[in-house]
Amino acid sequence: MDVVVQLQRQLADHTASLFHEGFLNDQFNQLQQLQDESNPDFVVEVVSLFFEDSERLLNELAKALEQQAVDYKKVDAHVHQLKGSSSSIGAQRVQGVCIPFRNFCEEQNIEGCLKCLQQVKHEYSLVKNKLETLFKLEQQLIAAGGSFPTL
Amino acid sequence: MRMASSSSSSFSSASMALGDEKPHVLAVDDSLLDRKLIEKLLTNSSCKVTTAENGQKALELLGLGDGQHTLNSIASKVNLIITDYCMPGMTGYELLKKIKESPTMKDIPVVIVSSENVPTRIKKCLDEGAEEFMLKPLQKSDVNRLRCQLTKFSNPHKGMLCMGR
Repeated sequence: MDVVVQLQRQLADHTASLFHEGFLNDQFNQLQQLQDESNPDFVVEVVSLFFEDSERLLNELAKALEQQAVDYKKVDAHVHQLKGSSSSIGAQRVQGVCIPFRNFCEEQNIEGCLKCLQQVKHEYSLVKNKLETLFKLEQQLIAAGGSFPTL
Repeated sequence: MRMASSSSSSFSSASMALGDEKPHVLAVDDSLLDRKLIEKLLTNSSCKVTTAENGQKALELLGLGDGQHTLNSIASKVNLIITDYCMPGMTGYELLKKIKESPTMKDIPVVIVSSENVPTRIKKCLDEGAEEFMLKPLQKSDVNRLRCQLTKFSNPHKGMLCMGR
């Protein structure tokens, strides 16, 4: 029972910090509110899709920016998709980097694009890490016999 | 106010209520993540949902593909079509045009969703007959509103295509 309270507190603190530090925004709350008994893994499933999408797109971006003659339309299309999926799950900081990234694409600024790629990779790995921790805490809480309220 | 612009009509072109039947929505989006999201939003609002990953597939589901007949399609059951604007191949706007050109489908309300708030884009879609233009990501409040408007609208072709021909 103490373990449950402790885990609940850890989970609440971790979740709060994700919002305070701007990693997640209200859209993530929307996702949690959609989850119910008929689909108890909804959030994990959607976030997993985000991970898959992002990893694929980051690879494509790296390849596209390595080319001798960079196809900026293609790069922009990938960034647009990344912006879309990050926005759909509320990954605010990843979404945020996509905005200057698209501007650099329009300007065909390779330096700017490469810098943004590094930044977006960094933000992605941070939010991925934190979301994985969140899910782990949730699993531990359930295993300990507790439950977590949806915000 | 989350929406980029207001709707052009209130879907109430027929006075028949849906009664106990769940509205059937066709959702079109090239992103699997977004399809999953919209589907959950709609099923949580007691809608039946069919999804399509692009405009071509959507047209096929509606029986509007090349050489198709609407008889075996979901055309007679769909009450609302929600489509993303930015899709490779056929955009949501192009899909909207095709639907509005179809004598059987033109009265089905079409809602365009987009992550980008572009006034010229919005105007273009509304002028072409879209019921609404909404910003992504859609939220529960957006779907609740659509749902309320839907109960005032019934597909006028519902039941008609079932008659032997």
